[in-house]
Amino acid sequence: MLSLGSVGAKSTKPSFVSYVTPEEIKLEKEPPKIEKHPDLLPGEVEFCCANPILKYTQDDMSQRGIFGTLFCTNFRVTFISDEKSQEETTKTFKNKLYGENDIPLMCVDHIYGVYDEKKKLITGGLVKNKYPSKMIIHCKDLRVFQFCLTFTKEEDAKKIFQGIAHHCLEERSLKCVFAFSYSGTPSPEMQRKWETILFDSPEDWTQEMKRTRANCRLVTENENFELSQRLPKYFVIPSALGDLFSYQGKGFPIWCWSHHSGCALFKASLPPVTQEDGDFQKHLDIMLNAVAHNYLYSAKTEDLSESLPTIQDIQQSYNKFKQFFLIENSTDFWLSDVKWFSSLESSGWLDIIRQCLQKAVEVVECLEKDNTNVLITEEEGTDLCCVISSLVQIMLDPYYRTLMGFQSLVQKEWVAGCHAFLDRCNHLHQKDKECHSPVFLLFLECVWQLVQQHSPAFQFSETYLTVLSDSVDVPVFSTFLFNSAHHRESVMKAESPLAQSSPLSCPTVWDWSVQFDSKAQNFFFNPLYSEKVKHEKAVRKAHKPKHQRQLSLPSTAFKPPSKKGFFKDETDSLKKILRVKRLSRWMGSPDSPAATTRGFYESWKQRPLDYHGLLLPCLDGPAVRVWMQRYLRWIPEVHIMGGGSVAVMTKLMELLSQVQDLKRVLEQRDSSQAVKLDHRPYIQHRLLSFGSSGRLSSSFPFAYSRNRSFKPIIPTGLMQSLMVTDSLASQEDEASSFVSLV
Amino acid sequence: MYLFIVCVSTAKDVTYICPFIGPVRGSLTVTNYRLFFRCTDREPVFGLDLPLGALSRAEKIGAATSRGDVSYGLVCKDMRNLRFVHKELEDSLKKSAFEVLMKFAFPVSNNMSLFAFEYKQVFPENGWKVYDPLAEYKRQGLPNESWRISKVNDHYELCDSYPAALFVPVTITDEELRRVFSFRAKGRIPVLSWIHPESQAAVVRASQPMVGQNGRRCKEDEKLLQAIMDANAQSHKLFIFDARPSVNAAANKMKGGGYESEDAYQNAELVFLDIHNIHVMRESLRKLKEVVYPNIEESHWLSNLESTHWLEHIKLILAGALRIADKVESGKTSVVVHCSDGWDRTPQLTSLALIMLDSHYRTIRGFQILLEKEWLSFGHRFQQRVGHGDRNHTDADRSPIFLQFIDCVWQMTRQFPAAFEFNEYFLITILDHLYSCLFGTFLCNSEQQRLKEEVPKRTVSLWSFVNSQLEEFVNPLYVHYPSHVLFPTVGIRHLQLWVTYYIRWNPRMRPQEPVHQRYKELLAKRAELQKRVEELQREAANRTASSSSERAGSPTRSITPVQTFV
Repeated sequence: MLSLGSVGAKSTKPSFVSYVTPEEIKLEKEPPKIEKHPDLLPGEVEFCCANPILKYTQDDMSQRGIFGTLFCTNFRVTFISDEKSQEETTKTFKNKLYGENDIPLMCVDHIYGVYDEKKKLITGGLVKNKYPSKMIIHCKDLRVFQFCLTFTKEEDAKKIFQGIAHHCLEERSLKCVFAFSYSGTPSPEMQRKWETILFDSPEDWTQEMKRTRANCRLVTENENFELSQRLPKYFVIPSALGDLFSYQGKGFPIWCWSHHSGCALFKASLPPVTQEDGDFQKHLDIMLNAVAHNYLYSAKTEDLSESLPTIQDIQQSYNKFKQFFLIENSTDFWLSDVKWFSSLESSGWLDIIRQCLQKAVEVVECLEKDNTNVLITEEEGTDLCCVISSLVQIMLDPYYRTLMGFQSLVQKEWVAGCHAFLDRCNHLHQKDKECHSPVFLLFLECVWQLVQQHSPAFQFSETYLTVLSDSVDVPVFSTFLFNSAHHRESVMKAESPLAQSSPLSCPTVWDWSVQFDSKAQNFFFNPLYSEKVKHEKAVRKAHKPKHQRQLSLPSTAFKPPSKKGFFKDETDSLKKILRVKRLSRWMGSPDSPAATTRGFYESWKQRPLDYHGLLLPCLDGPAVRVWMQRYLRWIPEVHIMGGGSVAVMTKLMELLSQVQDLKRVLEQRDSSQAVKLDHRPYIQHRLLSFGSSGRLSSSFPFAYSRNRSFKPIIPTGLMQSLMVTDSLASQEDEASSFVSLV
Repeated sequence: MYLFIVCVSTAKDVTYICPFIGPVRGSLTVTNYRLFFRCTDREPVFGLDLPLGALSRAEKIGAATSRGDVSYGLVCKDMRNLRFVHKELEDSLKKSAFEVLMKFAFPVSNNMSLFAFEYKQVFPENGWKVYDPLAEYKRQGLPNESWRISKVNDHYELCDSYPAALFVPVTITDEELRRVFSFRAKGRIPVLSWIHPESQAAVVRASQPMVGQNGRRCKEDEKLLQAIMDANAQSHKLFIFDARPSVNAAANKMKGGGYESEDAYQNAELVFLDIHNIHVMRESLRKLKEVVYPNIEESHWLSNLESTHWLEHIKLILAGALRIADKVESGKTSVVVHCSDGWDRTPQLTSLALIMLDSHYRTIRGFQILLEKEWLSFGHRFQQRVGHGDRNHTDADRSPIFLQFIDCVWQMTRQFPAAFEFNEYFLITILDHLYSCLFGTFLCNSEQQRLKEEVPKRTVSLWSFVNSQLEEFVNPLYVHYPSHVLFPTVGIRHLQLWVTYYIRWNPRMRPQEPVHQRYKELLAKRAELQKRVEELQREAANRTASSSSERAGSPTRSITPVQTFV
């Protein structure tokens, strides 16, 4: 009946059952050696390889495995099975850059070695010692690989182990990242009009200001990074702000987005306020005045480092959280299942997500309800500021809930906005632990919560978000490789003469054709998306009249009469007002912010749901969930065979394609009216033959279960799972005698 | 709307202390079926509607204040508590609405009959005809060469909690059965519940054997189990699933009960499923209510949820059912399922296993048949477990066993969103009417009692109501896979708290528009477009017929894009 898997790392002997016995391999291998080699990407170089290596197959309770060759290249660690692999070809959702047995070097999170049944974390120092019998690789996309090294020649085993450890763990220079060797040809078919706005030119910013009807000033003085190397090349500031060079070294507000009422969101990099620093206080007041001047002379400011967890907290919490999903065997899985909820809580990850969403709702309330300008600050101005400002924009502006809009937002706030991707993602394995933090992932998590709660409001699917979160660690794209615009430009410039002719050819991550064919890209679209009934493409819909229904009028208390020459006269009183406002609203308020925004959420909730209007998340305990698709996709114990959301998706896609087909028929019949109504690329929704959906598992389109009978997964060790110790458990079932009716 | 509802009393100027929006003033009306509270001077209009059957406890809280206000607290079976404040009437002749409430809330305790017996609504369909035992067994291919129907319990004289129609192996005589009756607790002998259409592996249910401390044996019982095994040629083994934790099963020996020993029952393997008793479940739900109502403590939500153990119990029940289904489907082995009396954990396990194994039970009518068969005919003690119309809210016999089962079904519908013909609303409706006492379906403790009380004659079946408006309960995502076994994942990572049931009174947790809503819209859109295509085709055909005319009369109405509207 139940086959209790021997506990991987702790087992006394590697009690695997292999498909081929070691003797057989020798017999096969000695005569003409048919070497298998990975299909290298352009620019990829093989470093070392070893054979035979046993890869344990995870989706099996016993310690079974497949023999094959393990390679290490400048791009990835890859395992090629000795058996013919046929499943690869049948995949509908195949990544062109790496397959299920490939681990991009950047994607390796930790390597463990099993030495004499003891599992040890491999760090640079340990490599020189003997090689382990078993190597366990934890990936950043939460896959777990286990390789047995004992069947290959000692020197090969040593070489491959040291090679992998060296290339995955040692600190290295940015130039060693595969993106600088990759010479894939950029796909020509990328259409300009479908491209994401990159915010790398003044026009992009002007266009964005026009779109949101912002009344701010574009700054081009930093084109050569003369103002600051931490600032973008181009950015937008409140028009009231004077000569930027006079503020050099101190932060100033950078425009993020304008509400249709005219008030706007700004972010700034400002050190925390200290009471004694009068000079700084003065600077802050000038900045606040500039922000207030943007609209109706009201402004609120919030120091995010005061109210949100630090990036170190975020890092620590995520480290705890991800451990629950890096499952090495079935026994571990069922053991951890017992205390699942409390472990989840103790990691604090969901709480951090909630806090970020909460803060974003607070900012949304200021913009939407009070029509107040908001300035969010933190020391760097490129971590939590990015999280909050992007979330606010997604909640308020339906444009950012389309696929292209969302990508443009990531460009605007994160890439052009100088989020230090290289340091935060630790792409170079730096020893300095202080600066690593999954801030961008945190943002994607928050977006997922919104997607999950208001699915029809988003054009993209959760699969898209999962793929995007994986792509951060694929060292082919330039998007997530740099710390700032200046960093990007200086590296690119230094590199280009070395590269043969053209400058560095790293594609952006938004060129999805590098990773997926168009069929697979269909999974990025949400079939439930309720599109705007609007035919003109050029005009964006942010300024719909119905948008103007407001919860309340802007608070009049801070609205001085708009007379000429007001600014100088009233600056002092304004300052005081601003001060008061800051303290009362944001800091000293006796009510918790959660309580004050509660009313805002509730009154929003009472109105009919408009997927193209304001969107707020529910933040109550049960509403904030674990991103199942991302975190559980590789764990066979939780794969629902024939179920999961894929069952709904296939059904919906099928129906949608029927609707589209019908529409096409109508359009053909109606060709005289040559109005192009559907401006979304036609999606072939009939991706999966319908009958097959019954066999797909919930982890689709990521993990594929194969060679596995359609068998249920039964928990091992039920006994230990329940800790009911009270007297009720031993009580007799039947408490009293027969009670008859009436 | 409802026939025979007597509007008994209305009290104006009552304040409802809403835990979510604060005190609301309005008028309260109590009838013999329900209470409703209305407040019209508020935007939006606030209303509250509660069948009195859902009340578990109603009492005056404290004495009248100096202002003459009296406060009443109502504890409901459907996971909410209500509190009203009302001025004490000076005119003592006039009965206050609350006194009326106390009287009608617990009719059984007041020697009155339940409202179901007054309710005379006529529906186009008669739900009492949904379940015909013989037809259901016939669907399964019974009787056949190995299984026969026994009339030994025709008049419920051997087991008053079992149905009249029992299926047993042909090799066992009625005489032998009589002896088994005395060996199984409450006479609930092993009888067939379901048979696999291909492998002939059977799901058999029973109660515990009365082994006792001395290890009593019963030759006929042993023979019966051997016969059950022999009826399935595919396997030479029989699995006995004892739902209890082994400790409890052993403790039952002290009281004369126990479990099958491997010596007496050769070829049988006994497996304990570690599911706890009704008292543990009741306590777990009580804790759950504390955690979710009225307010959810955000910061400790997950550990609070864990401390209720509710989802852990759900996991164990599902895991048990999964093991049963696996043995029958993959192992082609017959199984016997029992707990202590075989009327609480046993129907939970058998009916869940049957839902996994037989797609018929995943249809709306099939599910009704399953409930009628496994729960009602086999004597789940609804009257005792729910306490219909009974004032004694501390009764230790009450337990949310059926609710737990529906929760497990809901978990499965989450995991297999396209495998069930019914939707969530169907499950919630069943639970609401489990308590409402509007329909006769869940009254009494057994088939025998229901016949004695003439429940089918004197009351309306819930299925009359449901089957007369099926479209309300249909899951638009449903795909019928005829022979498709469902194996759910029982890891707690995949179990969710049923928010839309347990936390439905919290306005903050009201669901957003569910997926199937949009799906329904798409279906409608498709139908509309199809119609339009047909129209155009017809038009085109007409036009070619009279080809002389130019392109006139082409449809001028612009086509709506395939976007769906909210």
